[in-house]
Amino acid sequence: MGQKAVFGIILLAAAVAFTGCGKSDSDSIKVGVIAELTGDVPAVGASCRNAAEMAVKELNDAGGIEIGGKKYPVRIYIEDNAGKADQSASSAQKLITQQRVLAIIGPNASRYAIPASEVAESAKTALITPWSTTPKTTLDAKTNAPKKYVFRACFTDPFQGRVVAKFVLENLKAKKAAVLYDVASEYNKGIAEIFKETFEKGGGRIVSFETYTTNDKDFSAQLTKIKKASPDVIFLPNYYSEVPLQIQQAKRLGISVPFIGSDSWGSAELVKLCGGDCEGYYFSTHYAADAATPATRKFIDGYKAKYGVVPDDVAALTYDSFGLLFQAVKTAGKTDRQAVRDALSRIPNYDGVTGKMQFQEGSGDPIKSAVILQIKDGKFVWFANANP
Amino acid sequence: MFYIIQQTLNALQLGSIYALIALGYTMVYGILTMINFAHGDLFMVGAFLCFVAATFFHMSFIPALLLSILGTALLGVVIEKFAYKPLRQAPRVSAIITALGVGIFLENFTLALNPYPRFIPPLVCNLTWTFGELSFSLLQVMIITLSVILMLLLDFTVRRTMVGMAMRAISWDKSVAPLMGIPVNRIISATFAIGTGLGGAAGMMYGLAYPVIDPYMGIMVGWKAFISAVVGGIGNIRGAMIGGFILGAVEILVAAFFPSTYRDFVAFALLLVLLIFRPHGILGKPHAQKV
Repeated sequence: MGQKAVFGIILLAAAVAFTGCGKSDSDSIKVGVIAELTGDVPAVGASCRNAAEMAVKELNDAGGIEIGGKKYPVRIYIEDNAGKADQSASSAQKLITQQRVLAIIGPNASRYAIPASEVAESAKTALITPWSTTPKTTLDAKTNAPKKYVFRACFTDPFQGRVVAKFVLENLKAKKAAVLYDVASEYNKGIAEIFKETFEKGGGRIVSFETYTTNDKDFSAQLTKIKKASPDVIFLPNYYSEVPLQIQQAKRLGISVPFIGSDSWGSAELVKLCGGDCEGYYFSTHYAADAATPATRKFIDGYKAKYGVVPDDVAALTYDSFGLLFQAVKTAGKTDRQAVRDALSRIPNYDGVTGKMQFQEGSGDPIKSAVILQIKDGKFVWFANANP
Repeated sequence: MFYIIQQTLNALQLGSIYALIALGYTMVYGILTMINFAHGDLFMVGAFLCFVAATFFHMSFIPALLLSILGTALLGVVIEKFAYKPLRQAPRVSAIITALGVGIFLENFTLALNPYPRFIPPLVCNLTWTFGELSFSLLQVMIITLSVILMLLLDFTVRRTMVGMAMRAISWDKSVAPLMGIPVNRIISATFAIGTGLGGAAGMMYGLAYPVIDPYMGIMVGWKAFISAVVGGIGNIRGAMIGGFILGAVEILVAAFFPSTYRDFVAFALLLVLLIFRPHGILGKPHAQKV
């Protein structure tokens, strides 16, 4: 025992470490997924995981992606970010450095997508977030220039805020609106501010602009203030787990005006949690399961057969994110991170289940349209289309 | 005017729930000089029991309430027997760490069963009365009255019954009480049962008022109830009630006049300021440490 033994142990450790690295080089294309499997929005993470597994299974059953005359299967590595910003960043780090993935899909909620996108950007690895709509996700925090490696499969909040404001003014003919939003969450705050701006520009008046903080359960003080301002309509750009509480408490305080929401409402959980209190209200979102094209129909039926539920927008957007990535890999013709990123940034037209998408160099945001849905008999029903 | 009354009602509803939970902290502290940090999570268990009762067994209000109270009371007694009793002679800090551990165990056990937020179906019919601009619901009235009834019952038990007398005796001097023939272990179990049972009742009412429940719901509410207990003077039952209502009022007032982001820091700042001037809380009395 002594120096020799210590040296031997170091050698052995080094050998183990190196074989560990060498072994991971195989014949498959590795894609990382970061999903909110636990934490505050687990339904989002579950939809993302389901759609990811389905997209990859369909592709592998068909033999995989063809590159240079050879077909490569795709392997996914799913990481749970536990609904935490720091864990989202460390999951991205782990996928990039340890699993050596070609690209990352996810996280979905903006507050987790932003930290993960910073990591992906600095590691020069493409990241597609299916559901993060806040502009900041694809923009550099310091220079406000577009990030080079971060993409999304959905529209952005400014677009959505304008769509909802226009809908309230033109379709509902409302002139006085109140807003209650989570001031601690990037997504809610961004969309609330754009709604306010567009609504006031369009001749409407915001009579009450109230805030709360993530995980609050009691909104009675804010709702009492809103009631005093007597609005025609109340805009709640908040997550599906909180909206039912807000609507129920508002009703108990004697508020009877309609509520409007954004794409964060679009989970089947919303109707379950609302227990009938959300009937008749509208929200803007990415796709309507009932007004589907044949390709979308095929996706919906396949998803239903596999998981027993109608896919929500997160599932559809995750599926599209994979579609975009597969097309980019095919176009790139090699499994090189940079080449995939370059192909992704110039996708001329992708016909996804959430509609047609187009990417132009210089922005990670696709050009696509939105829909307005209404909650009717506990189901999301198509109400109107909104084009960019 | 209506606006002020409406906000007062909101404050009473929130305050009565904080007060009920604060009672659990204060009773356990009074008798064992230990802070049961698992109490917030027992409150969460109360809400989940109500969810189970309402969703799977389709119970109505009273049976669901009884299930929540008895279930959490039983759990409280079991936790005391297995986790806290073996540490009764150990340093206080060990017991507090154990309590934190039990709390995290309860959160993650519930999380492992089901990570999704759950919806409690309305057990109280959805009646709302409106007078001019003032609205109040049957649920609101029930929460406030039920809390007051439970608090009066507790006050009576502690001050007028043999069990209550024994509790006060143990809290007064733990080493002499058994010499007077007081069954210390049984009284401690009873204290845990009552304290956590009230927490369970609060969990159910909170679950009905804010019907989306999740495994982490007890953390912040638990901390706030703990603050209420300290503000009122921990160990003092009437103090815990007063503390709960004060905190409820402060939170509603802050959210009514400022952005609600200020709510928690104002509430916690209040605690700091109050403790500088009254280190033993509003009703707490300084104990002379006998050497």
